[in-house]
Amino acid sequence: MAIVINGTEYPLPDDPRISLLDLLRERLGLTGTKLGCNQGGCGACTVIIDGTRVLSCLTLAVQADGREVWTIEGLAAKDGQLHPLQQAFIEHDGLQCGYCTPGQICSAIAMVEELRRGDPSYVTADLTEGPMGATRHEIRERMSGNLCRCGAHNGIVEAIEEIMAGGAA
Amino acid sequence: MSKLQNAIVGGVRTAMSYVPSSWLPGGKPDPLIERRVTLGTQQSRLDGPDKVRGSSRFAAEVPMERLLYAACVHSTIARGRISEIDVSSAEAAPGVVLVMTHRNAPKMALPPPIGLANLKAAGNNILPVMQDPEIRWNGQAVAVVLAETQEQADHAASLVKASYESVAARTRFEDAKADARTPDSLMIERNRLKKGDVQAAFRRAVRSVDATYRTPWHNHNPIEPNSATIAWNGDRLIVHDATQMLNGTAGSLAKVFGIKETQVHVSSPFVGGGFGGKALWDYQILGAAAAKLAGRPVRIVLSRAGMHRLIGGRSPTEQRVALAADADGKLMGLIHHGFSVKPPHSVCDEAFTLTSRSLYASASFDVVQHTLDLDVLANTFMRAPGEAVGTFAIECAMDELAHGLGMDPIELRRRNVADCDPVTGTPHSQSDLMLAYDLGAKRFGWNRRAATPRSRKDNEWLLGMGCATGSFPYARMPGMSARITIDGDGQATVSSAAHEMGVGTATVQRQHAADRLGLPLERVTVRIGDTSLPFGSFAGGSSQTASLGAAINAASGKLASELLRLAGNDTPLAGLKVGEIEFANGGLRKIDDQSRHESFVSILKRAARREVSVSGESGAPLEMLKFSMHSRSAIFCELRVSEVTGEVRVDRLVGCFDCGRILNPKTAASQFRGGMIMGIGMALTEETLFDERTGRIMSASIADYHVPVHLDVPDIDVLWTDIPDPRTPMGARGIGEIGITGVAAAIANAAFNATGKRVRELPLTPDKFLFA
Amino acid sequence: MRAFDYRRAGDRAEALSIARTETARYLGGGTNLVDLMRQNIEAPAALVDVSRLPGLIEDTPTGGLMIGAAVRNSVVAAHPAVRARYPMLSRAILAGASAQIRNMATVGGNILQRTRCAYFYDAAGSHCNKREPGAGCDAIEGFNRYHAIFGASEHCIATHPSDMCVALAALGATVHLAGAGGERNVPLLDLHRLPGDHPEIETILRPGELITAIELAPSEAAANSGYRKVRDRSSYAFALVSVAAGLGLAAGKIEDVRIAMGGVAAKPWRAARAEQVLRGQVPTRERFREAADTELAAAKAFDGNEFKVELAKRTIVAMLSELAGTEA
Ligand SMILES: Cc1cc2nc3c(=O)[nH]c(=O)nc-3n(C[C@H](O)[C@H](O)[C@H](O)COP(=O)(O)OP(=O)(O)OC[C@H]3O[C@@H](n4cnc5c(N)ncnc54)[C@H](O)[C@@H]3O)c2cc1C
Ligand code: SF4
Ligand code: FES
Ligand code: FES
Repeated sequence: MAIVINGTEYPLPDDPRISLLDLLRERLGLTGTKLGCNQGGCGACTVIIDGTRVLSCLTLAVQADGREVWTIEGLAAKDGQLHPLQQAFIEHDGLQCGYCTPGQICSAIAMVEELRRGDPSYVTADLTEGPMGATRHEIRERMSGNLCRCGAHNGIVEAIEEIMAGGAA
Repeated sequence: MSKLQNAIVGGVRTAMSYVPSSWLPGGKPDPLIERRVTLGTQQSRLDGPDKVRGSSRFAAEVPMERLLYAACVHSTIARGRISEIDVSSAEAAPGVVLVMTHRNAPKMALPPPIGLANLKAAGNNILPVMQDPEIRWNGQAVAVVLAETQEQADHAASLVKASYESVAARTRFEDAKADARTPDSLMIERNRLKKGDVQAAFRRAVRSVDATYRTPWHNHNPIEPNSATIAWNGDRLIVHDATQMLNGTAGSLAKVFGIKETQVHVSSPFVGGGFGGKALWDYQILGAAAAKLAGRPVRIVLSRAGMHRLIGGRSPTEQRVALAADADGKLMGLIHHGFSVKPPHSVCDEAFTLTSRSLYASASFDVVQHTLDLDVLANTFMRAPGEAVGTFAIECAMDELAHGLGMDPIELRRRNVADCDPVTGTPHSQSDLMLAYDLGAKRFGWNRRAATPRSRKDNEWLLGMGCATGSFPYARMPGMSARITIDGDGQATVSSAAHEMGVGTATVQRQHAADRLGLPLERVTVRIGDTSLPFGSFAGGSSQTASLGAAINAASGKLASELLRLAGNDTPLAGLKVGEIEFANGGLRKIDDQSRHESFVSILKRAARREVSVSGESGAPLEMLKFSMHSRSAIFCELRVSEVTGEVRVDRLVGCFDCGRILNPKTAASQFRGGMIMGIGMALTEETLFDERTGRIMSASIADYHVPVHLDVPDIDVLWTDIPDPRTPMGARGIGEIGITGVAAAIANAAFNATGKRVRELPLTPDKFLFA
Repeated sequence: MRAFDYRRAGDRAEALSIARTETARYLGGGTNLVDLMRQNIEAPAALVDVSRLPGLIEDTPTGGLMIGAAVRNSVVAAHPAVRARYPMLSRAILAGASAQIRNMATVGGNILQRTRCAYFYDAAGSHCNKREPGAGCDAIEGFNRYHAIFGASEHCIATHPSDMCVALAALGATVHLAGAGGERNVPLLDLHRLPGDHPEIETILRPGELITAIELAPSEAAANSGYRKVRDRSSYAFALVSVAAGLGLAAGKIEDVRIAMGGVAAKPWRAARAEQVLRGQVPTRERFREAADTELAAAKAFDGNEFKVELAKRTIVAMLSELAGTEA
């Protein structure tokens, strides 16, 4: 039993109560993934497992056995070069306290893929259409699982728009 | 505050009015207002790269050897005493190291209360912490469990069995009115204001309104939970906390544990959102006590429910506002009365009437507020305490009056906005609310608004526009200090125990220090967030920028004289006095004579010094007494209300701010937007559900307490007048809190314009417009 | 959370056998169960992870659709067949929770998620008959904005929070079950129980019984269907009231109509009375309103949720009007 995090393999914890979030933060020192509520209510703990965004607080670490997990620490290039979305967050001031930020970024990276694949959202007008436009309305609905109490929403949406326009991510 | 304090403040004010303003601090406008280089330019936040990488370390992320994890057990009654508490199964549970209750907790003193007079105090809930079996509110911590892992601690906490003897608790707002108190003062203002003959004004009025507005309990709900990592090193206490009050926390914990303030080290380089809720509460005290008993370091991270039980929120209010106007819309009488909750163990006046006495020039006033004593966790400061809810009442009432008069709401404000303090006649330091209205109205397209409610529609959606004034007073705290160190390479380091909770403290003060010292940005480093640095006041009251700004300014003056002394006679500066020199090009030079310049590097080298270091302090904020100093804003909202479901959707918000000079447009815009978004939450969704039967908070999770999500937040346009305030450091006033003020009123006014229905009770949930 | 054993089932037989031998619970995405365990509301001795059992979405021989219980909510919502043939199901799922939670949640887990009643969640400090039979119900005279207006009892007035189930109820879905005694199928509408004297018993499932799939019959009305959810926040919030509806028209008349409501009862509430009023009628707003009035006549509200009666009526009328293409 093992789990691959940002390309490195780790053994699973012995106590199955341990959430993926706790494993990351308290055992592996990967504190970039944040604990906001431990209840699925805020999105601060968002990580990407096998390409999809999930909440690490409600994922038992054992459930991620054999999966490939990416966290905020794994997004920048090996040489430290920021991921384009990380850079765009800085440019558009898509953060204040920075506590929701890793979750927002991981969530957005996976969301861009969902949009490109043409997965619908609750606000998509026509469900039978192919990939829908990345309107602000679509982005906002799709990012609503990531709360930000500081109110960096406008900058976050602009940053996402920028990388979608640039074809990055 | 007491009658005595009222008298002192009053006395100082009287004396001050004889002192020419140029003698006052800030009397001569700060030269940086004219001479800014990097101030006023867009700068990305310095902590951005680490934050987007997830590498900034927050309080619960500090690694420690032999760390224990804490979990709290909370009372389930509001008043009474613990009759029995059985911790045996908890103690026997795997991994448990300690269960602390009132029976074994160390002796601890009461936390000293936050007050303007004591910056070393940060207490919010002034009650004994786990010293006796008394229960004083529903949710009080009755036990703390320490275990090797968080999972073990949480599980063991569920095994603690407490039973209680309950006594009747006071938990009902309505019932408490019978015993309401009327404090003498609110912050530094007298509470009761009577001016002119209000009764007569209402008798003679051509038009009047008289209505009651209600706002519910609110909770800060920052995304980072209140948390700390705590260790004792002998009799030294080390606390990695998430706090807006570093030195206050250190001073308070010293008092609580009976040690010297210098024995407490508090570190908090990043705070994951504060909004008033990151100060000293029971959890740091409990964590430190448990760490002491266990002899091991402790991490205490409050659960969301724990936050609702141990961190106070914004008091609910019930406010009556009555306005009397003549045919031209001039205010003849203004009544603002009301109630909020403030038990004796709380330090926070929810001073919702303060805006009403400073904003509009009414011929007569009758203003007073009362506090209710309930058996609850202390209420506390939450973004724009007083003003956030006060502006909801007064600004909705102004809209109601405008509607009654058939007058444009902006015009009504134009006719009434005061050009000095309307009660005392004290001049404004700077104020141009109507310019904010004019600029904002233009950007917003106010001329597209239909004056008649319910006249614009798009399918099932009723469309509306509204506006309101926002307001927040200027504050500068005395006693904030900063140290400037210049090293042999001519690099400057500015340090102070200031706070970073997303406001851009280091980013902006680096701009300030660079301009102040005549250095390029990259040669200035700012260090904040730790009590090992020079004493800092709290990050509250939107005061930190001005306070730290004043401290850096004071230090820079000392630096100039120290450098002049070190320069000696063998320098182009020889013979000059401090008043004749200025900082420029990485050194000092004679004002008006560019050729007489010597660099820091050269001065230090000749003096054979590796560095020079000086400290300065923010002095008494006498300008606050001499002038009426307020930031104001004009908020505009366009929204839709569903005729089918009553759901309200905000389509657009514009805020135009008159807050003095804007120091960094990028971070400032974010601050304004952040406040306005909290205003959307306050207007539409936020409400703490307090069960009056039991005194228990039932919305104790972030799924139940609805803060705005991305889809609730439209494009928000912010702009500003950018007129410098000649009485403040850098010409700036604080901007952290004003953003939230006026927003709920602008939204409620727009909802009235859309539907014709006036809702006077927040939040504006769908049911309230269902029958509109 | 109490300590437990974790076992991952390789196939259905293994799942059933482990679940039989212990006081075990099945684990889907864990988004509800893990939370409830953390709140000390559930304390199973073992979890049997069924989220990796094969999960497919396949056409049935009769032209319907079979959806495996382990399929993630987001996969169902994005599936082309669901979007084209059962749009109300896509929309209902997409109206629920957040993208992250939908990526984790399984069909089986969604159906069996438990109420969000705040007193139910407050294990330490509130009375709740569902949690502790006989303890009393703090919601009846407390905060009951999110509570039932249909089918409540004097013991419990909680609602079932699922959006997906509302669409499944309207579609008349069949739930496939497997247990110690073999396999059986039950209509989704019969799966959840009303509280009655036993609010702690929420479904007709037998101990150890596993949901294996959901079957949707082919339906004209389903292709012209939608879902509308009214909530206190524009997204990421539970329903005050929601409506799933489908309308099949022939020669200007209503041939088939399906209506179900969420946020109003301890189970997804099929509006059979309203459907009856509409069948064979010309679709007009007045008829829709009449149908809604008929359905809601049986509603019984509490202090905090009286508004839901009118809200439900209006939402039904608006949803049907949209489907009929009549002016809203
Ligand atoms: C913050 C938040 C907001 C939410 N908002 C919404 C919302 O707006 N609308 C909405 O509909 N939902 C909402 N949800 C709930 C969410 O949809 C459910 O938690 C989810 O669908 C449960 O699926 P799961 O697979 O994670 O179930 P689990 O948590 O794994 O399991 C739930 C239950 O189902 C049982 N179970 C699982 N699979 C099977 C099976 N195959 N056979 C038998 N028993 C099984 C488990 O034993 C358990 O009792 C929200 C959840 C959260 C945390
Ligand atoms: S409504 Fe039902 S779930 Fe809620 S407290 Fe009452 S019994 Fe418990
Ligand atoms: S910490 Fe996982 S959703 Fe809040
Ligand atoms: S930046 Fe502080 S919560 Fe989003």
